Amino acid sequence: MSTHSVAAPASASDDFIIQCRDVRKSFKGVEVLKGMSLDVRKGDVVCIIGPSGSGKSTFLRCLNGLVPVDGGTVVAAGHAVHDPGVDKLALRRRVGMVFQQYNLFPHRTVLQNVMMAPVHVLRQKRAEVERRARALIRKVRLHGKEDAYPGELSGGQQQRVAIARSLAMNPDVMLFDEVTAALDPETVGEVLVTIKELAAEGMTCILVTHEMGFAREVADCIYFTDGGLIVESGPPAAFFSQPKDPRTRAFLERVL
Amino acid sequence: MTRESPSPRRPAPRPSAGWARGAFLAMALLALLALWHAGASAARPAPAGAPSIAAILWDWTPAILKGFAANVGISLASALFATVLGTFVGIGQLSLHRPVRWLCWLFTHLFRNAPWLVLLFYCMLLLPFQVRVGAWVVPIPDWVKAVAGISIAAAANMSEIVRGAIQSIPTGQWESAASLAFSRTQALWMIVLPQCVKRMLPPWMNLYALIMVSTPLCAIVGVSEIMTVAADILAANARHDLLMPVYLYLLVLFFLYCYPIAVLTRRLERKFAIAG
Repeated sequence: MSTHSVAAPASASDDFIIQCRDVRKSFKGVEVLKGMSLDVRKGDVVCIIGPSGSGKSTFLRCLNGLVPVDGGTVVAAGHAVHDPGVDKLALRRRVGMVFQQYNLFPHRTVLQNVMMAPVHVLRQKRAEVERRARALIRKVRLHGKEDAYPGELSGGQQQRVAIARSLAMNPDVMLFDEVTAALDPETVGEVLVTIKELAAEGMTCILVTHEMGFAREVADCIYFTDGGLIVESGPPAAFFSQPKDPRTRAFLERVL
Repeated sequence: MTRESPSPRRPAPRPSAGWARGAFLAMALLALLALWHAGASAARPAPAGAPSIAAILWDWTPAILKGFAANVGISLASALFATVLGTFVGIGQLSLHRPVRWLCWLFTHLFRNAPWLVLLFYCMLLLPFQVRVGAWVVPIPDWVKAVAGISIAAAANMSEIVRGAIQSIPTGQWESAASLAFSRTQALWMIVLPQCVKRMLPPWMNLYALIMVSTPLCAIVGVSEIMTVAADILAANARHDLLMPVYLYLLVLFFLYCYPIAVLTRRLERKFAIAG
């Protein structure tokens, strides 16, 4: 356990679960993130939208330390993620993540996928974890699929298992990285419904998404990224009806 | 473009590896053995009182099988050590620690490119014939040294099999394991390696067959096995017409043992190619 990974200085920021300041990241000399700042309060739903290659997925990966940042500060669930000595395992117990390609463990059943991390990482009792896992599988409407292998499920079903698997760790905040981008159109809805329910229960969610209708309906705040910078942000009503920046306007015209 | 494109439905011709073909080849070898025997006895009838080639082979069969058992034993022991050692070296090639990675890389490529016989001689000559552990004196028989030599060569090959399998697992598996707070070691042993087993099985079986057919090398460095028995037969009978039948007999034995492994490997490969 690193002594550096302590909570951020307590102040008015107490109810922020994520605080990013001037986050920078380069890959092979190409600056992908040019100083992004973003705060998320507990229980908020934040959507990050923007053209491909604008750095939004990279930014999301910086929040749970999958991508180490080059500069700036990231404090997530009380952990200083920008610190190289951060206890990544402790951080990731609090920050869940769901991926575009689901990334379920193909050699394990649905139930085992959901149970693995609580049993082996949190070392919780198997019987108790199984009870919770079955409840989570029911919650994402996959009752009856407990013993199926991921390869036997549709994309939408797999993605809901991935959400249940992440929820089984009882995270404080969930990151969704374009989770509907790889899905067939008819299964996108079922995944969005699951996320919507989560948001309604008060789970803090940060989504990178191309689903504008969903973002408008569910988000408390929208961030628009372009060229490694946050160009504009605000509540969805204002953001979609009166975008200020010309880049935002151009993007919305293309996608809406 | 080809002049006449073949029908897309026609399956590509694949190397023969069916049971029927194998059985046919085994029969052919046995027929050759019988023919040799008949031809030899017709051309030069055995001197009065001298036993026929078939009788000699039959008499020596228990000894031959015992020798073959030594080959099987050496191959199994070598495969076991090579698998364990090769797995760790293969994982080591992907270590985050540069010295570990470098050492494992060196081991792999040094021994993968070394002739097996050279490694056998090294082990024979460098390993002591006994080691002293406190008050105990533990002898190291020659066959153990031979197993060590073969194991090192095979482990270097195993290391590459393991490294390749691990690298063929999509990075998404590592990422999702990491985001569930699995440590790197946990992710490797609980999530990545179990998925590798299926992919490694066919090349592993190939490696085992390779180990098996290389075990007669042990005779060169003085370990008794099937080739030693063959030499004994020839020495005991001092007959030139025995030379080919004896070695043909060994050929048949190795074929009967190794060919089913090849068939099984191909079947598994095909099954996994479909199952993904």
